[in-house]
Amino acid sequence: MDSRRDFLKGVLAGGAAITTAAVAPPACARETHSRPAEALGLLYDATLCIGCKACVAACKEANNNPPEFSTQDHLWDTPLDTSGYTFNLIKMYRNGTMEKKDAEVNGFAFMKTSCMHCADPSCVSACPVSAMTKDPVTGIVAYNADACVGCRYCVVACPFGIPKYQYDSPAGKIGKCELCRHRYKDGHYSACAEVCPTGATLYGKSSDLLAEAKRRIALKPGDTTRYPRGKIGGPDQSYEAPVGNYLQHVYGETEYGGTQVLKLSAVNFEKVGMPNLPPKSSAATSETLQHSLYGGLLMPIAVLGALSFIARRNVHDEDDAAGNETQEKSS
Amino acid sequence: MSQQQHAAPTPIGGSLMNAATLVCGVLIAIMMSILLVRFVFGLGAATNVNDGFSWGIWVVFDVMIGSALACGGFSVALLVYIFNKGEYHPLVRPALLASLFGYTLAGGGIFFDLGRWWNFWHIFWPSYSNPNSVMFEVAVCVTVYILVMWIEFSPVFLEKLGLRDTKKKLNKVLFFFIALGIVLPMMHQSSLGTMLVVMGGQVNPLWQTPAVPLIYLLTAIIIGYGVVLFESCVAAASYRRKIELNLLNPMSKIMLGVLGVYLVVRFGDLIIRGAMGEAFKPSVMALAFWVENICFIAPFFLIGNVVARRNPARLFLAGIAIMMGGILLRLNGFLIGYEHYTGHGWSYFPSFPEVMVTVGMFAVEVLGYIIITRRFPVLPRDDAQPAY
Repeated sequence: MDSRRDFLKGVLAGGAAITTAAVAPPACARETHSRPAEALGLLYDATLCIGCKACVAACKEANNNPPEFSTQDHLWDTPLDTSGYTFNLIKMYRNGTMEKKDAEVNGFAFMKTSCMHCADPSCVSACPVSAMTKDPVTGIVAYNADACVGCRYCVVACPFGIPKYQYDSPAGKIGKCELCRHRYKDGHYSACAEVCPTGATLYGKSSDLLAEAKRRIALKPGDTTRYPRGKIGGPDQSYEAPVGNYLQHVYGETEYGGTQVLKLSAVNFEKVGMPNLPPKSSAATSETLQHSLYGGLLMPIAVLGALSFIARRNVHDEDDAAGNETQEKSS
Repeated sequence: MSQQQHAAPTPIGGSLMNAATLVCGVLIAIMMSILLVRFVFGLGAATNVNDGFSWGIWVVFDVMIGSALACGGFSVALLVYIFNKGEYHPLVRPALLASLFGYTLAGGGIFFDLGRWWNFWHIFWPSYSNPNSVMFEVAVCVTVYILVMWIEFSPVFLEKLGLRDTKKKLNKVLFFFIALGIVLPMMHQSSLGTMLVVMGGQVNPLWQTPAVPLIYLLTAIIIGYGVVLFESCVAAASYRRKIELNLLNPMSKIMLGVLGVYLVVRFGDLIIRGAMGEAFKPSVMALAFWVENICFIAPFFLIGNVVARRNPARLFLAGIAIMMGGILLRLNGFLIGYEHYTGHGWSYFPSFPEVMVTVGMFAVEVLGYIIITRRFPVLPRDDAQPAY
């Protein structure tokens, strides 16, 4: 009977411990982060992009990356996707006869693929060694190879498929766009925006870029307006051009709490490879769960205390078994 | 309560050179040569992992599944020391040994996959470590747990070495390490599931849920019992020993109880989230979901009654079903149910060398188990088996 009662006590205590540990209330709810006030970013306007890929070449050069070949002759840098050696790429949407630019049916469109510099990046939350960090001022999501352990959790976690690993090297690094932060000290800014001939990729403060994006989508398609080039707030390089047939959606305004790189398109964003993301970031969900369970190690220590107390009473069996054995050995 | 007489653990003895150890040796040699290629030429030279599936079987099998299959020690300790079921004491050492090996290998195996492994210590270094990262918690917990298990298991070596005083001193504080040895796996086995959360919608809703820590924790406990069933049957068959039916029968009943709780949580969560529809789509993911859950339901049919639970073949099959279910749950979450948002051009199937490394890791485990049970007091002495 005693044994049964002890067992039931154990069941209750252990069960309570497991239940508190596993289904604790979200005591440490972590809100989705938003963009820092001075966040830097890009505005990519697909209706202005002519697919010249000058930005792809400039990115290669700025980041000192080797060419990647996908044609037989190995003459030109022709990456088919971003990789550990290609941080920026212009991809093409094609449909039917491909007659009309920026038409979803029988048309084609371009889309830039590069780091979105999320307000609440999954890669930064995932990285166990702070090799992925978000600058508190500029909001640039930076990578530090000297800290990186190469676990590639960032590669798996990123909703945009941006951090990529160099699988062909015994000392492979993660490769991703860092908004050319290494070029700022020389008075430069993001190479892709610097070279863009049409202003399809525009560099600047995210808040300015968001205002510019909203200005554009409020215009009447077919009217003419002035489009800045290079850098918002830099020397005037603007030109006059017709207004595109914009979707009423600034991609990156709210996705996962917002991104610092914003996008405009005439073709459905999912069709051009931009995932449909909720306003709540997965980093916030993950960290809320994690810190509710382990915040300050409060719960683990409480459970450890309870289990130590129980184990201390029950561990006599072990002593007895050892005792038996000593007797057996001596006999 | 503490008057139960257990057969003292004794070494099995016998030769270490036989067909099984030889095969293990060859498999380990193959693994080493593949790893040489991997460390000289990079991950791409040996594996098929890519940017769409950056985690292959070296992570999902060797580390995640490997550690889950090593939960026997944790599950039995929970039973013996927390629920005070002293009669299961003879199962503690063999289960702990398997856990010790499983975890040490899973912890070591992560180095094969780490692209910049020489920086590994950064995880524990305060200026680098990121407590927001689920992987940080898993890595720290697993490392500490491996140390704790070596301490828990050290009485076996102390016995062998005749250091009885040291053993006595250790026994006084052993309860703390036993408690730690239960809290730590609870923490990281649940967190292994939480690792999916940051991947967001890239993981199918059948496996992406805020309840994932509880789901992984419960299955880790169940797998622990499943592995004990499996290993007891294999050890009994290969060492021609009596099978511990008097223990396995009631233990498997407890396992069914936890399994019932798990199934309620698993399907309750799917229904509450309205994700059940995914299971009825004509997709590979839906099929994988059903195979996984049939494995978890099968033990109720295999060992649902006392008569069936006295049948070693049925216990063995139930153990295998549980292990399969646990393997599939993890494989489904991290590989089969995972799809990169950015396109469907990615695919992954392990390369032959990749598979041979996983096989080699298994061989290390089997070889280690054979050597230790033959040379160290782990398995209960057969002739002293009390007749219950």
